[in-house]
Amino acid sequence: MNFAVLQFPASNCDQDAVHVLRNVLGHSARLLWHKETSLGDADAVIVPGGFSYGDYLRTGAIARFSPVMQAVCAFAEQGGLVLGICNGFQILCEAGLLPGALVRNRSLQFRCEHVHLKTVTTASPFTSQAPPRQLLRIPIAHGEGCYFADPETIAALKAGNQILWQYVTAQGEPTPAANPNGSLENIAGVCNARRNVAGLMPHPERASEETLGSADGRLIFQSMLHALQHRAGAMVA
Amino acid sequence: MTEPPITYELILKHNLTAEEYHRIKQILGREPTYTELGIFSVMWSEHCSYKNTKPLLKTFPTRSERILVGAGEENAGIIDIGDGLAIAFKIESHNHPSAVEPFQGAATGVGGIIRDVFTMGARPVCAMDSLRFGELEEPEVRRLFSGVVAGIAHYGNCFGIPTLAGEVCFDKSYEGNPLVNVFCLGVLRHDQIARGRACGIGNPVFYVGPATGRDGLAGAAFASQDLTEESADQQRGAVQVGDPFMEKLVCEACLELLATGAVAGIQDMGAAGLTCSTCETAARAGTGIEIELSQVPQRAPHMTPYEIMLSESQERMLIIVLKGREAEVKRIFDKWDLPWSEIGCVTDTGRMVVKHHGQVVADIPANQIANESPVYQRQAEEPTYLTAVRQFSLASLPDTQFPTGHLKALLSRPSIASKNWVYRQYDHMVRDGTVVCPGSDAAVLRIKADALPAPPGNHAPEFPEKFLALTVDGNATYVYLDPYEGGKTVVAEAARNLACAGAVPLGISDNLNFGNPHNPQIFWQLKESVRGLAEACRVFHAPVTGGNVSLYNQSPYGAIDPTPTVAMVGLIDRPEHITTQWFKDEGDVIILLGDLLDANDPLLGLGGSAYLQHVHNLKTGVPPRCDLPKEKATHDALLALIRAGLVKSAHDCSEGGLAVALAESCISRQIARGTPRLVGAQVELPTVRTARRDALLFGETQGRIVISVAPANTAKVLEQAQAAGVTATRLGTVGGEDLEIRVGEGKLAWGLSELRDAWWNSIVRKMR
Repeated sequence: MNFAVLQFPASNCDQDAVHVLRNVLGHSARLLWHKETSLGDADAVIVPGGFSYGDYLRTGAIARFSPVMQAVCAFAEQGGLVLGICNGFQILCEAGLLPGALVRNRSLQFRCEHVHLKTVTTASPFTSQAPPRQLLRIPIAHGEGCYFADPETIAALKAGNQILWQYVTAQGEPTPAANPNGSLENIAGVCNARRNVAGLMPHPERASEETLGSADGRLIFQSMLHALQHRAGAMVA
Repeated sequence: MTEPPITYELILKHNLTAEEYHRIKQILGREPTYTELGIFSVMWSEHCSYKNTKPLLKTFPTRSERILVGAGEENAGIIDIGDGLAIAFKIESHNHPSAVEPFQGAATGVGGIIRDVFTMGARPVCAMDSLRFGELEEPEVRRLFSGVVAGIAHYGNCFGIPTLAGEVCFDKSYEGNPLVNVFCLGVLRHDQIARGRACGIGNPVFYVGPATGRDGLAGAAFASQDLTEESADQQRGAVQVGDPFMEKLVCEACLELLATGAVAGIQDMGAAGLTCSTCETAARAGTGIEIELSQVPQRAPHMTPYEIMLSESQERMLIIVLKGREAEVKRIFDKWDLPWSEIGCVTDTGRMVVKHHGQVVADIPANQIANESPVYQRQAEEPTYLTAVRQFSLASLPDTQFPTGHLKALLSRPSIASKNWVYRQYDHMVRDGTVVCPGSDAAVLRIKADALPAPPGNHAPEFPEKFLALTVDGNATYVYLDPYEGGKTVVAEAARNLACAGAVPLGISDNLNFGNPHNPQIFWQLKESVRGLAEACRVFHAPVTGGNVSLYNQSPYGAIDPTPTVAMVGLIDRPEHITTQWFKDEGDVIILLGDLLDANDPLLGLGGSAYLQHVHNLKTGVPPRCDLPKEKATHDALLALIRAGLVKSAHDCSEGGLAVALAESCISRQIARGTPRLVGAQVELPTVRTARRDALLFGETQGRIVISVAPANTAKVLEQAQAAGVTATRLGTVGGEDLEIRVGEGKLAWGLSELRDAWWNSIVRKMR
């Protein structure tokens, strides 16, 4: 499978995503500069973390106007798989590909630590391979990770089973203490109604190798691969 | 335009002495222009010229078979790490700016040190910091602490490197004069080393990066004088403002440009900005350099030549390009949307010539200004306070009645307590390389292909992953009480922390933070601590690759305690050797490597200890001796045990002594947010030399490491240590719900949750 990993000025986690996809999972992954207008033969797109454009104005506010984002929107329109990580999640919300917004952490401070995530539903191409009862230990690193949406949107997300991950305690409870940034409903990540675009604040690409302390993040990439292979199989048939 | 006339007042205001001014006239053969006066004042400031410390710095060992670029040669030293790879690293201070404007002062400190690394052609891959403040009870101290940490976080996180290790200490002596020492390390191949040389007569000189403004004007001179109310007010304008996003772009663009081979020389514009970069690059190459200031991008109107030359606007680089290859600069810098300008060329005159609209405003022999700054042999005099220090004896100190309470109190002391309030604000995991995060004795960083300057996919030769261990340490109290022993101890502690991670030291970068060198007692502290540092560096085969001196850390409150800090980098042979400080499994056996007490220490390790300071409010007593050969033997023995796969955890004893080390081994492991893994221990301390509980629990005898091993390996470990000539004592076992320490007749016990809460949340609570 071919992954396109977008690269904006000051994306910092682009290399990490490429490393995991290429060196750990053995698939093809290339960096796609923000000025490009075509995704080439990409089967899926990763919008990585970092401080694109220095977080000028608002996180992700400028990146979403990049030429490459137009190609990503078209790709998503066709049903292509798109995963936004951290700043990538912020960009997808700014671009209107995902509902809601990410605002400043309640603590007003940057927060970097491992958290426990609950996979709320395995019914998505980003969560299908995660054993439903297994908590994922994945790090966060953000200053603006507080997920916010108006009550109607939150209700719609719940009704549509679009909340994919929540911050929980080691016992699996979505308590205030388990919430590192104040996100409504302890939401760590969501998908769109069509379920082909997802975003999450935690960094699965930092938890894909035992060497770094946790390989739980791999399950998210593996879910995407599973979905892509399934589709490829379906197309051939 | 007319420049102000040179008067005696103006010379003094520039921090130059009459003799220095005379020297300038001799070099130029005439009176200097106002711009030239400014240029000399920054180049000959302590910060840029090391005029008060050069003779001392020359006594550091700077060579080893791994050194590729040594101290003093370039902007950062470079050490080989095998397989054609090398690391460039350095530590630097930004103390005075941080005292005045903590956020930007600290942020631009990070920016400066990152530039020092990528100007060598290395990709910056991690950072560390060593911070010192007054006591946290003071609101002003909390403001500075908060601002500094936020500034470092802002810059490092946005730039995209993990700040993955550090130290923070709180002591009254830093009130009014915080210390902010920041470190950066980068990776490159041997063939990617870049030099700060203006090579090649006729080569064009380019300025790249954001436009020059009036910020940071004469920051180098500001750093080289005592901080007073008056100086702080006047110098608010001297604090630079940083843009990490810009720095990231400039870094990527420079590394990309270096990969084309079109660069003859490159240097960052740091302290003394355009001034320093032009004359130093010319001096190193033995050439001259000529620049036209109207070509320098400016973001303020009507900037004078003086302002343009002395500005310390951030994120700017000077690049000497091979003639004919100018198009590469344009292509790459346009791609990254960065300003660039051709501002001059390399000449054969050996002079630095600065023009403004065609008029010469400065014409100075480059080599003389860069390399022939005055050097002073300051007077040194042993301080009088040492008499009382040496007289202190335990006869005046009753043994502790409340050891249980004291351990909790020590674990809550901000200098000892967990620093998670700090490092949770740093992205310490970006770049997928942090194998051991902050919270253990040393951080461990994995070096893989994308750590190199050229992006992967450029068919760079593959190499086995490398694992570096990093730590930064200091102990100002020991240095204050005995500068020579203290100096040795600082290096020994850094090496010990690396050994506990499974690493062998490669090299050191030092930051010497002291008061006013014109004070003979302070200069004596400097001289003696350098003597100790140098000796220890030799014993550990850890040459100094470069570093920084920050003097005049003196405020209306007085001078700071003498504070040499040492950043040490080590190499771990194989990932299996990576060791962390927390106990692992129930039943594991706890062993102490090193002598429980020093037979020759009448203070039993309590001199200068955290216990003496925090429980008895005394900063006195001869600190524990540092026996370098013994210390080295202990580290070597530990490494051999680690390599044999026999060690499950290793933690060194430092502030707070053995009890603190044992407690930390039980309570310091963090699995995830709100999820520690606490594991108890049952320990018995032999009361051979003394029955004093305070000494046994909290004494800071040097050269001691607490390890835990699988029960089946106990005998083997004890044998192997003893065969290596290292004392090894079985202390107890891991397990249970409590930390229990038997000492003498009594048994002391602490609940783990209580200890954990005191240690983990201490600073969090104070900063609410």
